[in-house]
Amino acid sequence: MMKLARWIAGTVVLLGLIALIIVLPFRSMFFQQNQEHIGFAGRVVYILILSSLMVLYRVLKGPTAADRIVAIDIFGILIVGLCAVLSIASGRSWYIDIGIAWGLQSFIGTLALSKYLEGRSFDD
Amino acid sequence: MIDIIGMVFIGVGLSFDVLGCLGLVRLPDVYNRLQAATKCVTLGTCSILFGTFLVSGGFTETGFKALIAIVFLVLASPVAAHAVSRGAHRAGIKLWDRSVVDSYAEDKEGEA
Amino acid sequence: MKSRILMFVFAFAVWCILTWVPDVQQLIAGGAVALIVSVVMGSMFVNRPHMLFNPIRVFYFLFWYVPVFIWELIRANFDVAYRVIHPGMPIKPGIVRLRTELKSDTGLTFLANSITLTPGTLTVDINRDDGVLYIHWINVVGTDPETTFREIGSRFEPMLKKIFEEDVVE
Repeated sequence: MMKLARWIAGTVVLLGLIALIIVLPFRSMFFQQNQEHIGFAGRVVYILILSSLMVLYRVLKGPTAADRIVAIDIFGILIVGLCAVLSIASGRSWYIDIGIAWGLQSFIGTLALSKYLEGRSFDD
Repeated sequence: MIDIIGMVFIGVGLSFDVLGCLGLVRLPDVYNRLQAATKCVTLGTCSILFGTFLVSGGFTETGFKALIAIVFLVLASPVAAHAVSRGAHRAGIKLWDRSVVDSYAEDKEGEA
Repeated sequence: MKSRILMFVFAFAVWCILTWVPDVQQLIAGGAVALIVSVVMGSMFVNRPHMLFNPIRVFYFLFWYVPVFIWELIRANFDVAYRVIHPGMPIKPGIVRLRTELKSDTGLTFLANSITLTPGTLTVDINRDDGVLYIHWINVVGTDPETTFREIGSRFEPMLKKIFEEDVVE
């Protein structure tokens, strides 16, 4: 019963936040050129920031080290999508270069961290 | 018209991203979280990049780079998930209490 | 040597795509970088070049493996989304064994990646000597080898055997 109440409360809060982002006329920071994409891209960026906050909750709370590593990996992939949206919002193609470089760095960092995690219980 | 289709792709990818992050918050142990997050966020971001490819007008600079990023993500994210799950299991992180079976631990006990 | 040439062509193509539209200076710089990369680490790129130029294998890869893979990926996402937003979280996780008959490195890598991105499964470890994959399954149906092969392996293993294994000739 308690679980169901928590589920309903969480759903209402999440849907409310998303509806607020979609409905409110935000002044977007990310535009100079493509005037017709402004509102859409700004809202997409805010929803991506919302899901990044959920990932950051797992980074802060995560009971074990592996949870934090997973969360940081997912955070890197989210940033690749964010860079793609910024590149169509501003019409500059080098944003997506930042995305590709960030994805590569995040992948290599995840591999290194998981190697560290694996070596901790064995002494090799 | 093609802009509308691209925006639909971006919207679908965005909803999968939000669901994947929700799975990262809700599910009980690290392996389940890894499954939900890896699958949903990989397809979501690939869909956002494909929408970028469509909106930016096909084979332009941005479009080519978006396609390269799609291929890279599909190849790289399962490898990262595999490495993290193997490292977590070797570091001794337990499965969830209500898990059914753990053949990997049985076989590792047999070796050691 | 063949592997190094392939690596050079591949690196040069990626460079050209990343600096679209290329002019002369960028082409020269890209050639130099691709040459360095292919000399230093080209020997580990492709081990069996004759597999790559076999048109039947390439055809199977592009028009049989890739569509099935994309379809399974979309199904996997709806499956996971259903499990995440359901209030009772209908999950029954566990780690099971999956026997495989693939031997080559590329085949095993593609099998592991496909299993990770298809509904409810995640590869945890590979034991190459025994040909066993350990798979974390979010909704365990059964643990005996026949069930796991039918539920997990039967979608991808036959086609990967045709694409990547040495002996199977069409």
